[in-house]
Amino acid sequence: MALSRLASSSSRSADLLKPLCSAISLRRPISTDTTPITVETSVPFTSHQCDTPSRSVQTNAKELFTFFRDMALMRRMEIAADSLYKAKLIRGFCHLYDGQEAVAVGMEAAITKKDCIITAYRDHCTFVSRGGTLLEVFAELMGRQAGCSRGKGGSMHFYKKDSNFYGGHGIVGAQVPLGCGLAFAQKYSKDEAVTFALYGDGAANQGQLFEALNISALWDLPAILVCENNHYGMGTAEWRAAKSPAYYKRGDYAPGLKVDGMDAFAVKQACTFAKEHALKNGPIILEMDTYRYHGHSMSDPGSTYRTRDEITGVRQERDPVERIRKLILSHDLATEKELKDIEKEIRKEVDDAIAQAKENPLPESSELFTNVYAKGLGVESFGADRKEVRAILP
Amino acid sequence: MLGIVRQKMLEQSLKKIRPAVSVLRSYSSAAKQMTVREALNSALDEEMSADSKVFLMGEEVGEYQGAYKITKGLLDKYGPERVLDTPITEAGFTGIAVGAAYYGVKPVVEFMTFNFSMQAIDHIINSAAKTNYMSSGRISVPIVFRGPNGAAAGVGAQHSQCYAAWYASCPGLKVLAPYSSEDARGLLKAGIRDPDPVVFLENELLYGESFPVSDEVLDSSFCLPIGKAKIERKGKDVTIAAYSKMVGYALKAAETLEKDGIDAEVINLRSIRPLDRSTINASVRKTNRLVTVEEAFPQHGVGAEICASIVEESFAYLDAPVERIAGADVPMPYAANLERMAVPQVIYHFSLFSYNYQYIYTHICIYMHANTHNFIHL
Repeated sequence: MALSRLASSSSRSADLLKPLCSAISLRRPISTDTTPITVETSVPFTSHQCDTPSRSVQTNAKELFTFFRDMALMRRMEIAADSLYKAKLIRGFCHLYDGQEAVAVGMEAAITKKDCIITAYRDHCTFVSRGGTLLEVFAELMGRQAGCSRGKGGSMHFYKKDSNFYGGHGIVGAQVPLGCGLAFAQKYSKDEAVTFALYGDGAANQGQLFEALNISALWDLPAILVCENNHYGMGTAEWRAAKSPAYYKRGDYAPGLKVDGMDAFAVKQACTFAKEHALKNGPIILEMDTYRYHGHSMSDPGSTYRTRDEITGVRQERDPVERIRKLILSHDLATEKELKDIEKEIRKEVDDAIAQAKENPLPESSELFTNVYAKGLGVESFGADRKEVRAILP
Repeated sequence: MLGIVRQKMLEQSLKKIRPAVSVLRSYSSAAKQMTVREALNSALDEEMSADSKVFLMGEEVGEYQGAYKITKGLLDKYGPERVLDTPITEAGFTGIAVGAAYYGVKPVVEFMTFNFSMQAIDHIINSAAKTNYMSSGRISVPIVFRGPNGAAAGVGAQHSQCYAAWYASCPGLKVLAPYSSEDARGLLKAGIRDPDPVVFLENELLYGESFPVSDEVLDSSFCLPIGKAKIERKGKDVTIAAYSKMVGYALKAAETLEKDGIDAEVINLRSIRPLDRSTINASVRKTNRLVTVEEAFPQHGVGAEICASIVEESFAYLDAPVERIAGADVPMPYAANLERMAVPQVIYHFSLFSYNYQYIYTHICIYMHANTHNFIHL
C-alpha cells in the first residue's frame, strides 16, 4: 500500500519501481470484495409512531465502491447538464439533483427492480439509479431519438417501465397519489413489492398527498412516501411554506422516520426498514434531510434565498460523495489516486455519452403524431395547418 | 342553390301509403327491453368477469350499490378487493387509479357526477391523457372514467355542467357519450377493453329509460367501435347531429318534422373524441343542411367543432348556415321555468310560404328554446 503511494507520487523513481508498482496497484479498487463492513450512520434516526432502525449498517467494499462510482457519476452528469443548458443544447426546464445523490443511490441499494419508484421533475439521477444510461439521459435532455422518451418527454418526463421507474412528473404533488396507485396495483397483483413515491418539501403541503395517504392507510397499501427535504420549495424556505416542517410527522396516523439524506447508508437502512414495514403494515413516511447545490432549476441561481456560505458549508460538512470517499480511504480500500482515477473514468464516460448524444438525430417529423393513443383506431389528426399537415393515428 | 320541391298535398297523400314503421329504432331482431342502467351494470359485470385486472373504484359504488345503482350487485359478486368504496377525495382516488393503470391493472373510476371530476381533472389530463405520448409509448394508461354528465333535474348550477367539450379537446383521451342501452353496453365494453384513457359520459335522466336490445347486443362479446357515429334515422332534407339525451330529442323533432314533410337524418355521435367527421360530412353532403344539438354551454362546444369541421370539409355543400342548438349561456338556474329555458326543448310550429319561380321554399321552424330562437330553414 505504502509502496504504491510512493510510486504514484514520485515520478523519478517511477521507472524503476513501475513493474513492482503495477503489480501492487493491480490491486485496483476492490470492487468485488463482499466481506462485511459495518458503518455507523452520521446521526441516529428520529421516528414518529414507530421504532427506529439501528444506526449500524452492514455493507462491504463492493457496495462502497458502487456507491462512490454511482454518486460520482450522477454528480458529473448533473454538472455536465448545467454546461449543456448554458450552451443552449438543453431547452426548457432542467432541475438538477447534485447534492441529493445519496437518496437515489441509498434507496436503490435497499430494494429490487420489482419495487417501484416514482418521483417529480428532479428525476435524472433516479432514472440512472434504476438502470438508465447516460446516453438516454443526455439524448432526452437534448430532445433526440436515443432519449429514454425518444425526445418527446424532456427533462421532466424520464420513464423506465422495465425497471419499474414511473417518472418523471411535472405537476407538483401529482406523483404521490400516482405512487400510491402503483402500490395499490402491486397489492392487487399480489407482487409482494413496494412503491417509493418521492416528493419535495414544497409538495409536502399538497392536499392530494393527504388524500392518497388516507386511502393508502385505509387499504393498507405498500406505499412509502419519501419527502426529499432540501429545505427550499423553489425559492421558498420550508419554514415559510409549512406550519409544521417536521414532514416525517405530518402523516399523523402514518408512522414516519427522519433520515440524514446526505448519508447513503442512512438512506439504505431507512429504506430497508420502510419496505419491511410497508409490506406488513401499510404506508410510512421517510423524510430525507438533503440539500441541492444548484438552484431550483437552471433559471434559478439559487443564491437569492439562501447564502453562499450555507451552500459551501453543506458541501464541506455533508457532501454525500465525500462521505463515501472518506469511508473508502479510512477503511484502506483504495488510494486517493485510485478514486481520482475512477472519477477521471467517469468524466470520460460522461463526455463520451454527450458526444454520442450530440450526434444523435432529432425525431422524425412523423413522430409528432405517434403515441397520442396506444390504439389509434385509424383516426385522423391535424397539425397547425389543417389542410397540409394531417396524419392517421397509428 | 338547390331547393327542395315539396308540395304539401302530395306529401299528405304520400303519408297515407308510407309504411307506418316507427323510424325511431330500427333494430331488426328487437325482442328484449333493457334500461340504460341495466345495460351499464351488465357491461361492467361481464368485463369484470372476463378480465381479472378490471376493478371498480368510486364513491358509494360498493355497499351503497352505487349512487345511481349502476354498480348494483357487483360488490357481492366480486368482493371488496375489486369493488372499492373511496372516501370523498376525487383528486386522491383518481390519482391512485391512474397510478394503478400505469402498473397495468384496469381501473374503472366512477365520478358521482362529472362536476366532481373537476377536482381530479389534473390527473385525467396531465397524468392520464398525456402520459403515453410523453413516454413515447412506454407507459399506457388503460383507465375508464365514467359517471353521469350534464343536466339532471333541479340540481342547480354546480351539478349540471356538461364536460364533453372540455375533455374532448384534449389529445390522448377518448370521450364517449352513449344514448341508448345498446350504446351504453357496447361503448362501455369497448372503453374498458381499450388501452387508452376513456372518459365515458352517461346521463342521469337516461338511466331509467328502456330501449329494445337484440340478441347480438346481449352477447358478452358485444362491442361498439370507438370513433364511429350511428345514423339513428336516415333522411335527406337536414342532418341533425346530437349526443346523449339530445339524440332522443332530435328523434322526437324528426318525427314532428316528418309530419310536415321534412325528412331529417339524425346522427347519434356516440364518440365525441375521436369525432366521426366522415359520417357527419357524408350526411351533410347528402342533405346540405346541418343542425347540431347539445345540452352543454354553447361557446367552444361540440357543435362549434362540428360546424368548423363541415366548413373545412364540406363548405360547398351547405345550402344554409349551420345551426347550433345548445344550452343557455348561463349557469343552470334552479326555478323550473328558468331551468326549462336553459336547456333545449322540442316545441314546434310551422308555416308555409314563399313560392319562387323554380322551386318552393317551405319554411319550417323547429322552435328550440334556448337563449335565442333557433330555426331550421329549408
